[in-house]
Formats: sequence, structure tokens, C-alpha cells
Amino acid sequence: MSEIRELYQELILDHNRNPRNFKPLPDANHHSEGFNPLCGDHYHVYIKTDENGTIQEITFDGKGCAISKASASLMTGFLKGKSVEEAIVAFDSFHDVVTGKIDPETGMAELGKLAVFAGVREFPVRVKCASLAWHTMKAALTETETVISTE
Amino acid sequence: MNTDVKTQTSTDTFNAAKARLDFPALHQEVHGRPLVYLDNAATTHKPASMIEAVNRFYQRDNSNVHRGVHYLSQKATGQYERARQTVRRFINAADENEIIFVRGATEGVNLIAQTFGRHFVHAGDEILISEMEHHSNIVPWQILCEQTGATLKVIPFMDSGEIDLNTYQSMLNPRVKLVGIVHLSNTLGTINPVAEMVKMAHAQEIPVLIDGAQSVAHLPVDVQAIDADFFVFSGHKVFGPTGIGVVYGKMDRLDQLQPYQGGGDMIHSVTFEKTIYADVPHKFEAGTPNIAGAIGLGAALEYLTSWSLEEIIRYENELLRYATQALKKIEGLTIIGNAQNKAGVISFALEDIHPHDIGTILDMEGVAVRTGHHCTQPIMDHYQIPATTRVSLAFYNNQADIDAMMQALQKAIEVFR
Repeated sequence: MSEIRELYQELILDHNRNPRNFKPLPDANHHSEGFNPLCGDHYHVYIKTDENGTIQEITFDGKGCAISKASASLMTGFLKGKSVEEAIVAFDSFHDVVTGKIDPETGMAELGKLAVFAGVREFPVRVKCASLAWHTMKAALTETETVISTE
Repeated sequence: MNTDVKTQTSTDTFNAAKARLDFPALHQEVHGRPLVYLDNAATTHKPASMIEAVNRFYQRDNSNVHRGVHYLSQKATGQYERARQTVRRFINAADENEIIFVRGATEGVNLIAQTFGRHFVHAGDEILISEMEHHSNIVPWQILCEQTGATLKVIPFMDSGEIDLNTYQSMLNPRVKLVGIVHLSNTLGTINPVAEMVKMAHAQEIPVLIDGAQSVAHLPVDVQAIDADFFVFSGHKVFGPTGIGVVYGKMDRLDQLQPYQGGGDMIHSVTFEKTIYADVPHKFEAGTPNIAGAIGLGAALEYLTSWSLEEIIRYENELLRYATQALKKIEGLTIIGNAQNKAGVISFALEDIHPHDIGTILDMEGVAVRTGHHCTQPIMDHYQIPATTRVSLAFYNNQADIDAMMQALQKAIEVFR
């Protein structure tokens, strides 16, 4: 049970039950759609930036597992008020944490609450769940493509 | 002991505990727990006798087939062709030459689509498949339809997970050039009334392909009784190796078809002016085949038929009932697929807990189930769900496996409550 609790920490369960910023954003100026075809996770990420490139609002909606939904929810809270550049840097850090490339003990300070996803590194098949919303956010901001897939 | 004198002498009274000992991979720990393997619809585990047959082939008899006059080549050819005979007996084909070895059921459907389909299907024609097909019995027909201008039509199923035969009847018409139906649904567990459906199609002279990927391990299959024109299955889902599968076709059908792929071993003679193809089945088996795979499949089928299939089916049905009843007691759990006639598979959805999360927690408890859309996205769309958790049985499973799965499921519910 302890390994299970390591992955499904209370914060993750809470954000799964009550996802924050879980709504479409009609006046978004960035939007992208992300799929995980293997498990059917499917999210939209909506972002509104101002003329200085600061994220004023960021929301999401869609369906998926607890890990993907909590990750999306916590991501929106984390990125609000950050610049587009900071968001891209955070994407890289988050990705490094869930794939185990950086040690959560040392490399997590700037990620704050997102450190709760460090447990995912023990579950390689769930990395895609944790990072789906982040990939979708990055695609929305960089506008290289509007629909992204983890496969 | 078995007192039925009509039973084959080689057939033993089925004993699940004894059978389980024949599968070495079942006896291991996963995450510190004894493995509980309930993902048999994805692939089955392998009996030691099958593993040994493959091993023996590579260790002792390894050679190419149908070419050398030397000792080992003759031996390899003999074993490869004996495997074909074993497959013939197993599905009761009329002639061993109606058995074509391919990589699996998927390649089998592609073979029929690209031989029968390219020859007999034209613009304006229809291919009829059901809404509960595996992607492997959907996509090859979509490709064919793109190539020919034919249209893919879909027989809907009812919420129970059963095909309405009246609707099916109404969709049969002279434009339909082939019907493709899954025998046993890998997601719903539905056993389709294939013999009846074939009869209805044949009344209008429409040939039928049966996808037997799941049925061969759980149902007695008699292709002549079904009267299937084509029947495909994969070796690895019936206790054999991966990378080997079978296309059965009625001889008069196969005879009309052009080869699937060109190469060695499928010709009588080759000159730059003209090539004469070998006879069925060899004209469909270009290149060096999966010799060890075929031999392994033969050994797996011999193992399976060393038990009484009737008793295996009775045992599996009892286990299916046990698991279904246990699952139904969980509040908020919906079983997806409630056909009257079911085998081996239970898909379910649990309120508020995504199948992927259930799968991870069950895995931590040593319980292997499949979560996802099971390569049947149209079924997920039918029920408007993204995925299910699927428990799929084999005869080596027992009630303790189901109990362990239920306990793990309770843990998942605890975490998410």
C-alpha cells in the first residue's frame, strides 16, 4: 500500500476529485488538444496571455485518469502569472522530475507543489499521464501543432 | 477419472490445479506478490511443452523448410507440415492445405482483404462488419475501401453487447461482397452466433470471414460446422508463440485468389518472362516462414487438446460466473457487455475511478489486468466511456485469482474513496 500512496498522494487525489481551473476559456489566445491514445486520456488546454507574454489565465477540460487530471489541475495553478518563457522552463523541469532525470530532493524547489509528482518516476508507464497536460500546454504556447499525441 | 469411452484416449479429465503447473511463467512474484495473471485476452501464457518444442527445434532440428534434401531440412519440413495437420484437426478443416501460416490474426485479415478483396470488391460494393470488431478487423477493410471505392457498413450492437440479427438481416444485400464478424469479442466477451450469421449471408451468396482470435482458446471451433469461408486466429492467444497465426479458407475460395506477397517458397517456377505460382497454401507463404512458431503452435494445440475442451469450457464458465458475481457486488461498478452467451472476458467501469488508475494499483498487488480501449474504440464510443478495466480468463486461472483481484480492487476503491 505504501508504494501506492507514494504515487497517489493526497494532493493528487484532491485535485483529481476537485480539479481547479477546469473549464473552457472563451477568450483564450492559445489553445491545444492532447491525447493519450493508449488509455483514452483527452484534454484541452486554454491559455490567455497579455501583450508582455504573461499568462493571465490558464484552464483545461477533458477526461482522463487521476494522474493526468491532477497534473493538469496543478499545472494551471502553477503557471498562472508566469511568463511564456518561464512556462517552457517549467515544462523541462517537470519532465525531468517525472522521468527521474533530476533528483527530486535537489531539483524540485522551484516546482513547489508539483514535487508531488516525483512518485511517478517509479511508474514508467504513467509518465505519459503526468506529462500529457504539460505537452499540451507547450504545444498551445509554441503553436507548432494544435493537436498533440503521446504516441 | 474419465469414464466416457467415447472420449479420445489421450484426453485427461480437466484439472485446473494440475494444468496451472504446466505454465512456468505463472509461478513468479510481481512487486513482491504472487502473480495473478488475468490478461489472457491480450496474450496467454505458454505451457512448458510448447516452450520445449520451440527450444528443441532450435537446438536440434533447425533448418529451412521445403528446400534442402538434407536430413535436417527434411526433419524441419516434416515438423512444419505436421503442425499444419494439427491446426487442421484443431479447427476441423476439411483439408490441411486450407491452413495458411501467417504472423497472426491481423495479418490474416489483411491477407484476405488484399487477395479476396482486391479481386472481388469494386467501387459501389459494400463490406459488412460489426460495431464490436477489433481494430484489426476494421482498418484492413478501410484500407481496402479506399483502394477500391467500396463502402464499409457497420452492423450495430445493442446495449446488452449483442448483435440484433434482424438488423443484420436488413443490411445483407447484393452489394455486400464480404461479411467480417468477430467470433468472441475481446472487450465484451460476447459469443456471436456465427453459424447462424454465416447461414444468413450464404443465403445471399455472401462469403464470411470469422475473426477467431479470442474464440480458439475458449470455444470449440469447427470451421465446417460454422461453414466459415475464412477464419483467422493468432497462435499467442491460444498458448502458442507470438508471430505465428493462421488463415483458414475454403479450398475453392483460396484457389481463386492471387498470391498475397511474392518471393521464395511460393512458386513452381520463375523466369523473367513468367512465374508460375505454387498451389495453396504455399502460394500464400512467401519467404522462409516462422518455422519454430508453427511448430510451437502445433505443440500448444496438442497440449490444449490433451485436456477435454468440454470440461475446460465448463470450468471457465463457472469461473466467469464467480468473477461476475463478485464484481457485481461492488457499488458503482458497471459491467460492460452483458450478452446471454459470454465467455472468458469481463469489462467493467467503476464510478469516479479511471481504469488506468485501477490498473496501476492492481499491478502493485501483483494482479495483471488490461485497461484501456482494448483496440475496440467503437465499443467505447457506443457506451460513451474512454476505457474499461478488463479481466480475461484462461483455464489455468482459479477462484483464488479472482479473490486476489477483488482484494486489490478494494484497495483501489479505498485509495480513491
